Amino acid sequence: MIYLDNAATSWPKPECVIEAITRFLHDVGASPGRSGHRLANEAERIRLDAREALGELLGVSNPLRIVFTSNATTALNIAIQGLLPPGSHVVTSGIEHNAAMRPLRMLEQRGVSISVAPCGGDATMHASALNDLIRPETHLIVANHASNVSGTLLPIRQIGELASARGIPLLVDAAQTAGCAPINLTADHIDILAFTGHKGLLGPTGTGGLAFREDFDIARLPPLICGGTGSRSEDQVQPDFLPDRYEGGTSNILGLAGLAASVRYVLERGVETIRMHEARLTGRLIDGLARVPRVAIVGPCDPAKQTGIVSFVIDGMPCSEAALVLDEQFDIMCRPGLHCAPLAHRSLGTLPDGTVRLAPGPFTTEREIDQTISAVAKLAEIES
Amino acid sequence: MNTVAIILVYSTSHAIQAERVLKKAGLAAKLIPTPRQLSSDCGSAIRIDAADQEASTAALERAGVPIDRLVAIGA
Ligand SMILES: Cc1ncc(COP(=O)(O)O)c(C=O)c1O
Repeated sequence: MIYLDNAATSWPKPECVIEAITRFLHDVGASPGRSGHRLANEAERIRLDAREALGELLGVSNPLRIVFTSNATTALNIAIQGLLPPGSHVVTSGIEHNAAMRPLRMLEQRGVSISVAPCGGDATMHASALNDLIRPETHLIVANHASNVSGTLLPIRQIGELASARGIPLLVDAAQTAGCAPINLTADHIDILAFTGHKGLLGPTGTGGLAFREDFDIARLPPLICGGTGSRSEDQVQPDFLPDRYEGGTSNILGLAGLAASVRYVLERGVETIRMHEARLTGRLIDGLARVPRVAIVGPCDPAKQTGIVSFVIDGMPCSEAALVLDEQFDIMCRPGLHCAPLAHRSLGTLPDGTVRLAPGPFTTEREIDQTISAVAKLAEIES
Repeated sequence: MNTVAIILVYSTSHAIQAERVLKKAGLAAKLIPTPRQLSSDCGSAIRIDAADQEASTAALERAGVPIDRLVAIGA
């Protein structure tokens, strides 16, 4: 079987992730932040391991500035809903995922105004496109680091420089890039970054979170969810310190045990190495598919400008049918359709039909890419 | 003469991070259940040598670990 759906969730996971989860279930089991006995302390050590590994990966030196949520969607909701009062204005890009767009559109109903910066037909965008939309009441810039449809990367450092020059906080959606493209909150001027644990970070589903740059003042951001933290128990109000301010409720410590191991794996293998591996496979896929008649690739068609995603359409064949044949006849797992990102498809001109998305990962081989190219070539010969 | 001091913190995340920061700084630090007489919200605290008080608070401040208070315990 060939798994090319790593942009939805990565698979397989490194062996160390499976071992860490199994070890946790066998030997630790307890809930961190509660109780204070030996096992609870060990669970808290594992949670700190996960924070430290993510801090190292993202350029955040204090691990307590890494906060865990159940996924990037929750993380984006905390930041978006907390930073945009009625009457405020937000600037965002034309490649956002619904994880950002839906909370923004909900706030629009409550009097927040939204400006969407246009991007090109390959979903590329210059930072200046955002700059032109900034107003005196702009409270936030929201930018997706890379499109989950075409893989197109936004120039995140230039956007960060612009945001800091204009004094507006920048929220980055790194769901598609954390673990497979270099990110440094300080150097890139990112105030808040939302990540998900189960894609490029190679961890289990149900893990994700927010990373706060050292000088971002968390007093500006109220929590979205309040609840028990094990700290300040006599207090009926949410603690005001990190990470507890945003971590009400029992933690997914089983998932975090896996995430601690997976991020350590990413650090050891190296983000640059993973990026180069995926870029090589992406380039090979683009070159191969470009030679197949009836196939049109969307996006930049340049591995330097995109993540490990290649989206395409076959003239005259619905995406869902193509994906079904790839699954049933060629044993290739991929994702057809709109990928929760209608805005990106509008930019790419692939509404309403969507695309077939191939997303290799760190464990995909060149041989699998070649097999996929010949499968798509055979598929394109099928009369529709 | 005090022989030990207890660092009280706000949460177990801080306690565990404090333990790690102090050990990395080469200071003797032990995670203990907070002694009952030192009422604190957090169930875990850090026991250090009384002689290390200044070095410990300095290391924690550098690492950005907030502390509630430091209590010296008489021998
Ligand atoms: C760009 C982008 N943002 C946000 C998300 C949401 O991630 P999650 O579903 O893990 O919350 C995804 C993936 O689903 C994504 O691709």
